[in-house]
Amino acid sequence: MKTPGLLALAVLLALVPLPLLVQSGFWLQFAIFTLYFALLGQSWNLLGGYGGQRSFGHAAFFGTGAYAAAVLQVDLGVNPWLCLGLAGLFGAAAGGFVGALSFRYGLRGSYFALVTLAFAEVFRIVADSVPFTGAGVGLQIPLRQTAANFQFHDKAGFYAVILALTALATAVAWWLENSRFGAELVAVRENEDAARALGIDVNRTKLWAIALSGALAGFAGSFYAQYFLYLDPRLAYGVEVSVTALLVPLIGGAGTVLGPLIGAVALRALNEISSTVTSGAPGLNLVLYGALLIAILAFLPDGLVSLIPRLYRSRLRNA
Amino acid sequence: MLEIAGISKRFGGLTAVADASLEVREGEIVALIGPNGAGKTTLFGIAAGFIPADAGSVRFADEEILGLPPHLVARRGLVRTFQIVQPFASLTVRENVAVGCQLHAGSRAAALGEAAEVARRVGMGDLIDRPASALTIAGRKRLELARALATKPRLLLLDEVMAGLNPTEIVELLPLVRAIRESGVTLLLTEHVMQAVMSLAERVYVLSDGRIIAEGPPAAIVADPRVIEAYLGRGAAQRLSRGGHA
Amino acid sequence: MLQLQILLPAVLNGLATGAVYALVALGLTLIYGVLHIVNFAHGSLLMLALYGVYFLYTLLGIDPYLALPIAVPLMFCLGYALQRSVIATASHGREENILLVTLGLSIIIDNLALYFWTADTRTINPSYAFETVDFGVAFIAVPKAVSFVGALAVTAVLRLLIQRTDLGKAIRALARERRGAELVGIDVDHVYAMSFGIGIACVGAAACLLLPSYYVHPGVGESFVLIAFTIVVLGGMGSFAGALVGGFVIGLTESLGGLFLGENLGRIGVFVIFIAILLFRPTGLFGQRA
Repeated sequence: MKTPGLLALAVLLALVPLPLLVQSGFWLQFAIFTLYFALLGQSWNLLGGYGGQRSFGHAAFFGTGAYAAAVLQVDLGVNPWLCLGLAGLFGAAAGGFVGALSFRYGLRGSYFALVTLAFAEVFRIVADSVPFTGAGVGLQIPLRQTAANFQFHDKAGFYAVILALTALATAVAWWLENSRFGAELVAVRENEDAARALGIDVNRTKLWAIALSGALAGFAGSFYAQYFLYLDPRLAYGVEVSVTALLVPLIGGAGTVLGPLIGAVALRALNEISSTVTSGAPGLNLVLYGALLIAILAFLPDGLVSLIPRLYRSRLRNA
Repeated sequence: MLEIAGISKRFGGLTAVADASLEVREGEIVALIGPNGAGKTTLFGIAAGFIPADAGSVRFADEEILGLPPHLVARRGLVRTFQIVQPFASLTVRENVAVGCQLHAGSRAAALGEAAEVARRVGMGDLIDRPASALTIAGRKRLELARALATKPRLLLLDEVMAGLNPTEIVELLPLVRAIRESGVTLLLTEHVMQAVMSLAERVYVLSDGRIIAEGPPAAIVADPRVIEAYLGRGAAQRLSRGGHA
Repeated sequence: MLQLQILLPAVLNGLATGAVYALVALGLTLIYGVLHIVNFAHGSLLMLALYGVYFLYTLLGIDPYLALPIAVPLMFCLGYALQRSVIATASHGREENILLVTLGLSIIIDNLALYFWTADTRTINPSYAFETVDFGVAFIAVPKAVSFVGALAVTAVLRLLIQRTDLGKAIRALARERRGAELVGIDVDHVYAMSFGIGIACVGAAACLLLPSYYVHPGVGESFVLIAFTIVVLGGMGSFAGALVGGFVIGLTESLGGLFLGENLGRIGVFVIFIAILLFRPTGLFGQRA
């Protein structure tokens, strides 16, 4: 069990010198997006994979972090690096809010999934209507490419940041696999009543998990805002973010450290391949995503990571 | 150690438990028996905090615990097992038991180490790294027991721990239950398997239609006409004593 | 208080829209409310049916209302096939995976539509589209009045089906106790597929009744999904009359919300209702248990 986690961190460590080794901007960009997917996926993985609470509205946490980072620096002049940290806090708060309501009223399974989607939609509509987010027009972060301003002329800077964030998220997942809290979270996922009977405060455990998950999603949101320098309600709170967040770990292997990494690589690779094959036709890569999801659920329900038996001890989930 | 007094519980129009009282002293093995649907599991659920009661009180170690959530009851040392076993299916035996150990152990590593010990005590030493989903019913019952033991309980509520076991498995489990008591754990168990009740329990309560109808040592209970009627129907005791059949 | 002249049309429109929402939700009531198949692809299938009816009109000249005998059986077959071949097998019968499988289906259907038919919004303009029915104080468009009647009709048909036919009995048995249903010899896979098929057939009917006064583009499904689920839950999970009433409530909420809060913010009402129902009253207005 220690092996996959350490392997993941080792892989990420090995990726550090990538910008020096690689000349083409294409591969650097590919790496950045893959790591970004992995970060988003790992965030969902904490709550949905280890915790078993599968949310369909992770955009609620992502978007809150993104808007927080953007609004704080644009309207209040807060240092963008500080905004990154604050985005995590705002993401965690959004998670806590959604979790406090949902878990207190005992929402599980499909109801939890649908209610999180509803929350994300509510946030989206509010963002669409409220002036300080720029409403439907969106929010632009002024271009000022200095490292101190968390904007980089050379993509290598962004690469370093996303690599660090993803490493952090991976470390958190590794910590979950080896800590008391992680064991409690998994117990809650497997059987809530049995967990209670052993002294675990189920609601508090879930709340911590969703807050942690929300924090990582907030980081992802902040990175997105810094990279693209533009946000609108659809980009921040839209369904596409939520779907990406769950596709990545489910395809790679939910509830494992490596799953989101593998899933991110698979999805980005599929994206590139389908773009070249169909010469950029809109929507086809998403069709492949949907087909892959169904295929994984049908034939490899534990995700791609289960193809590598030495890294993955079969969990026999369908017992 | 455990004092249940005047507990009542209705589910809609159905009275599951009516003014039930019982007492378990430290170090005892007490059994709660009764026909199906008598309300035994409901009473356990109320005592352990899973089900709210309409009236009454539950005192554990001189503290009123009625109304506490289940995890706080468990942390005070009153731990229950489930009639329908509830393993953490995709975890191994060791990992299952370790969750119980974590209540007292300092770290996850310590819990996992302790779990191996507890598993061995329960006779599952060679199954430690099997996934719980691969166990037989008997294995799962032992796992349930081991997990509860791992929390270092003061009083264990065993809910039909013998159910679903064949005679050999029952005979193998009996000494384990006794050993648990010897190690200092008080036991309150519900059972249908009379063999277990007779050989384990020092005192027996009988629950029928939600009410406690009898209490006493096993031998007296078995001969009690009210108990016979509860199981076999009105007038059965008379017919039996007349030398005929029930 | 707003003048009646502004309020009344909003109310009428809300009810008319609500009828259409109810039409879409009725099928989901059977699929999700009764059998707990969390069909996230419900909106996408509606979108598919709308395109079907659209092309029947533009390519073959068949009026949407006349397309009912074509759309309904076709959608039934599609629904049956999807449940039997894709959903049941890929999800291995586990509820949490059904949601994900149907999510995958919706992604596939939505994006294939985007690829083949582009993002252009399409409408049809049949001759009766702008005729109205006059109620004295206000009036509504003929197509909307027809959908209103249609919603009532479909509700009645579904109730009859569930209460009076053998299939309905089997469905109810299956919904209550799957094992028991299997034991008494009900072909469970077939009944699930039949129910799904009927639910999607309703979607086909909804498309025929909807297109004359509405539009279609690939994103339409997404906007209907949560609304449909809200109505099913609001109406009480498995109650057709509940879904009908729920549809009206949602239609009114949207209409009045738009009136008082502006079109954007007005849509929030639906989602807030959904969240509130799930949190505080999961039995819905009419139902047994969520």
